[in-house]
Amino acid sequence: MDLVTFGVQLLNAIQYGMVLFLVASGLTLVFGILGVINLAHGAFYMLGAYLAYWIAAYTGSFWIAMVAGVAIAFVVGLVLENVFIRRLYGRDHLVQVLLSFGLILVIDEAREILFGKDVHSVAPPAWLSGSIQLTDNLSYPVYRLAICGFCLIVAALIFLVITRTKIGMIVRAGAENREMTRVLGIKFDVVNRYVFAVGIALAALGGIVIAPISTVFPGMGDGMLILSFVVVVLGGIGSVAGAAVGALLIGLTDTFGKVFFPSVSSILIYVLMAAVLLWRPNGILGRREV
Amino acid sequence: MRGWFIPVVLLIAAIALPFAVPTYYVQFVSKAFIMGILAMALNLAVGHGGMVSLCHAAFFGLAGYVLALLSPGYDPASLLLTLPAAMLAAAAAALIIGALALRTRGVYFIMVTLAFGEMLFFLFHDTGIAGGSDGAYVNAKPEITLAGHRLLDLASPTAFYFVVLFFLIATIAVLTMLVQSPFGHALAAARDNERRARSLGFPIYRIRLIAFVVSGAIAGLAGYFAAAQFGFVAPQMLGWHLSATVLVMVLIGGLRSVTGPLIGALVLIVLEEVLKASTDYWKLIEGLIIIVIVLALPGGVRQLWPMIFGERSEEQPAHQAAPTIAEGRNG
Repeated sequence: MDLVTFGVQLLNAIQYGMVLFLVASGLTLVFGILGVINLAHGAFYMLGAYLAYWIAAYTGSFWIAMVAGVAIAFVVGLVLENVFIRRLYGRDHLVQVLLSFGLILVIDEAREILFGKDVHSVAPPAWLSGSIQLTDNLSYPVYRLAICGFCLIVAALIFLVITRTKIGMIVRAGAENREMTRVLGIKFDVVNRYVFAVGIALAALGGIVIAPISTVFPGMGDGMLILSFVVVVLGGIGSVAGAAVGALLIGLTDTFGKVFFPSVSSILIYVLMAAVLLWRPNGILGRREV
Repeated sequence: MRGWFIPVVLLIAAIALPFAVPTYYVQFVSKAFIMGILAMALNLAVGHGGMVSLCHAAFFGLAGYVLALLSPGYDPASLLLTLPAAMLAAAAAALIIGALALRTRGVYFIMVTLAFGEMLFFLFHDTGIAGGSDGAYVNAKPEITLAGHRLLDLASPTAFYFVVLFFLIATIAVLTMLVQSPFGHALAAARDNERRARSLGFPIYRIRLIAFVVSGAIAGLAGYFAAAQFGFVAPQMLGWHLSATVLVMVLIGGLRSVTGPLIGALVLIVLEEVLKASTDYWKLIEGLIIIVIVLALPGGVRQLWPMIFGERSEEQPAHQAAPTIAEGRNG
């Protein structure tokens, strides 16, 4: 493998890891703060991609699709938290698993009613649709670079909010010791609602930015859900930094696995997960005994 | 204990069924019994062991694939050879996945089992083993032959039904003995208070792993007969949507009993059949029903019994089911 190919694969790995991070950080935030395991997280990723397709087809603008898609997901998140999710706080995980499984069935069927079950593609914004010529027969799409940049900005924003703001302080305290934080007067019913909505919006955002470089298809949420789980297991539950580490590890493993070991690439990330479980059962950056 | 009356009546009804209803219903009840075996197997891990597993469909499907791979072309396979092989494969998978997943607790355990289950799904989906994503056929139903005489041929729906009924009863017997044995009490103790059970000297990890492997092997038993009945295996058999659906059956039936999940399986399968026949959007309705059941009846439909019959239920409600899991977050 020459240096240029290596560089291209490295970029692919990072770009894939960054999108994974967007989705998985939403999942880990929701679990860290709300204590709720949400299997429907992948369904919102899928929903985001379909919203991007639908709004972009209707308005002709990817940007409108992006903003509107995230806004819709955020509102849906607020409503779902209010109607269903808040009934799950403190309940055992089996109940949470099954309620979110029920939500998946409902969301999947709603998607079929609203958007059908066809496979779609979404065009990237015109000024990002070109490619950069690397060598005579190798080029790299600008949109993939833009994803890297965009996800880096979002990731930086998430870290800034969590480490530098009062909201972030509440979120960190809530993940650390919820009872104590509640005793100190933090109203978790409000915090929970917005954290859940942000988590859902992040999942949808992941689906929206991936739509132009992947196809939009009904089963896309399932694969992403599993990957997000592996990311969270690798990084440690509730840790956004852990999610970043886990996501990049998976991006690298998957991308270079496909290059070097194409026949077993699909199970490599699970081998990685097994290794981490043997080494650090609570995740690479996980601290608490869970 | 409700005594022997109800089980005996049910058994007589089950034996009489094939002579009373058309073949379609015999096959339908066979299918429901197979899912009942799977649900009871899963409940050994979930209800009795406190291990919420999302990979039991992988054990179920793996056993089905073993039958498909061992079936010699268009000739029937030998039940006495392929059934133990299928259950052994499922048990081996459960041993490996369980040994890794049991290093974790609570929500981690759910995610890790889900991920490893999907690994098996992708193994059959992406590689060329047994037809990849297209699946593979089990062309002839397994049989038992002795010295050239065919003692049992599963091709007859009635014979198939009785074999499944036999294994259903065997599963209930094995699980009941296991749950009531000292081993079962230790398993329940580990579920109810892990720290206390550990300080009493129980080897928690080993007890849970054994329960998980037995549970996986019985899930394999169900998968073997499911593959034999449909004559077809596909990667979807291993997918986690099936695992979650079986968890719903377990919850409907109640977590604390051996036979509850069987009732849950019957309820959910009949419900699916009715919904499929009445609407195109049956999954939407099913999803909503699952949500309502989860929110309204955390102890399963058995919670309804005291309301209907006015007697006190022996079952504990399910929200007390997993203190180990709830403890995980705060402790």
